[in-house]
Amino acid sequence: MSGTDYVVKRTVFALMTVLVAITLNFVIFRAAPGDATSSLAKCRNCTPEFRAALREELGLDKPKLEQYWIYVKDLARGDLGDSFVTRQPVWQELRQPILNTLPMVGLGYVISIVLGVLVGVVAAWRRGTFLDWGGVSTALFFYSMPQQWFGLMLLILLGGVLPASGVSDPFIDFLDPSWWEVVLDRLEHMILPALTLGLVLYGQYALIVRSSMLEALGEDYIMTARAKGLSSWGIVRKHALRTSLLPIATLVALTFGYIIGGDILVEAVFSYPGIGLATYEAVFDRDYPVLQGAFLLLTLSVILANFVADLLYFKLDPRISG
Amino acid sequence: MTSTAPILADEPQDLEAPPPRRRPFVWSVIRGQPQATVGAVVLLAFVVVAVLAPVIAPYDPREKAGDVFEAPSSEHWLGLDDGGFDMLSLMIHGARVSLIVGFAAALVAMLVGGTVGLISGYFGGKTDITLMRLTDYFIVIPDIPLMLVVAAIWGRSLTNIILIIGLIYWTTTARVIRSQVLSVRERVYVQRTRALGAGHWRILSRHVLPQVAPLLVAITVLTVAVAIFAETAIAFLGLGDPTLISWGKLIENAFSRSAISVDAWWAIVPPGLAVVAVVLACTMIGRSLEDALNPRLRVGHLSVRRFRVREVEGKAL
Repeated sequence: MSGTDYVVKRTVFALMTVLVAITLNFVIFRAAPGDATSSLAKCRNCTPEFRAALREELGLDKPKLEQYWIYVKDLARGDLGDSFVTRQPVWQELRQPILNTLPMVGLGYVISIVLGVLVGVVAAWRRGTFLDWGGVSTALFFYSMPQQWFGLMLLILLGGVLPASGVSDPFIDFLDPSWWEVVLDRLEHMILPALTLGLVLYGQYALIVRSSMLEALGEDYIMTARAKGLSSWGIVRKHALRTSLLPIATLVALTFGYIIGGDILVEAVFSYPGIGLATYEAVFDRDYPVLQGAFLLLTLSVILANFVADLLYFKLDPRISG
Repeated sequence: MTSTAPILADEPQDLEAPPPRRRPFVWSVIRGQPQATVGAVVLLAFVVVAVLAPVIAPYDPREKAGDVFEAPSSEHWLGLDDGGFDMLSLMIHGARVSLIVGFAAALVAMLVGGTVGLISGYFGGKTDITLMRLTDYFIVIPDIPLMLVVAAIWGRSLTNIILIIGLIYWTTTARVIRSQVLSVRERVYVQRTRALGAGHWRILSRHVLPQVAPLLVAITVLTVAVAIFAETAIAFLGLGDPTLISWGKLIENAFSRSAISVDAWWAIVPPGLAVVAVVLACTMIGRSLEDALNPRLRVGHLSVRRFRVREVEGKAL
């Protein structure tokens, strides 16, 4: 199969998944029993007339199929609908939480990738030694921790040193801070949640990098390099690492697809007002448009990341032929 | 990388290999891999504790046994929690719910994922494409928010939580089983059986399923770990069954009733460590089984938590 065929095939698959995602996102939220008017806390005591009027206003009285059609049409125009609770456009509701989440979760993923690649490379290089065993065991140990619990552990250990909640100091504006102080304050608030994510997740990178490094180290050209008298670290760096960068690159691309979803557990522990926490609140308010919007953004970004990973792999490895 | 089992390699030259001896092989894996044995012993210990919970728990976990947040002592080895309940007894009883959710949800995932994987890999074509697109959606969907939505809609009973978890985490199983079936169905003996006139059902149940069964077990053990994680997440976010004691619920209690601010570490540390122990045990068993059964399947073993499974190689979708 030629290169163009491969790209076309991947594109078609990605688009099909997008369609499935859009449809199932609708089904999950609209096929559910109960709607915004029956479960809104503030509508518990409203009269049937008021409830009916509200349903009409929100478009919930129409047949499901028509609702679906309206939903798809709005999406095509880039309209995610309005929040049931605040009546503001969903996009506006989600913007600030996303902006809060991106740097924090991004930092967490960077920590986990850097740590994971380091541990994986060293473990493969020193295969069978105590370093290998210790590195892999430690990674597995962290990987086996529930995120929220490890977050609490960090709170117990470091809660006095670093800010334990929020995205910034609520009083910082009164101090007339310079931009540098603002950035520093944000960073301080980011460290604990990002560290939680980084340490809990680096295990998967460590193991994947280790196994792909081991595979590369078993190739014939490594033996040739050894026969030429290259140093063992030189072989690891110049030959093995280069080959195993392939899966690592795709893995990194995949990881970043998830950033936009934030992390509910970590954001809940550290009261970090990100997209995860916003989704969590929307669940309890039955604020379906906000949930639909958040789900859609995340699924789309993950599909896009998968697509990019596929293309990246194709670009980096000429042997791939679809 | 341990030796490849002749039955599971997918190269044609393996046709000359001796006929497979399935069960002895799996047992030799377990005995040959020390980490699998360690994992099995730990897991078994927790199962025994869970089964015998009412007998070995020193106190009734629903009865006040002392002061609120009393520190560990010789009477209360793990101290007391925010309601004055004995932590050790809570932990022992919590093992029941956590393990039941873990195993039952993994079983649901095994049934759904196994079926999807078998059908998809065996029939191929449009069926395969449709099922794999569906699987892709479940892979990319935000898992924890979806569990919350479904839990909020369905209600918080134990059965619902098991179903929710099982119906979200079947994708890894489906992907792995599918890729295995793809190679099994091309083997000559399967094609001969087909030529002899065997129906799809017979080929699937008598020839394909037995070949992929050991791998199915390995992935299911790994899914147990994921399911236990998921339970702690649901409980932590306040959507677990409020009447049941589980490790997730204990972590949630400690967090929401501010055990941290009174420095009551004994109310937080034990449930998390118990989860770590069980998850590690499952990971050790599942990984060594998977390694031994199918060293060529280069999916990131631990990909289950965040990426679920995705072939790292980018080949064979």
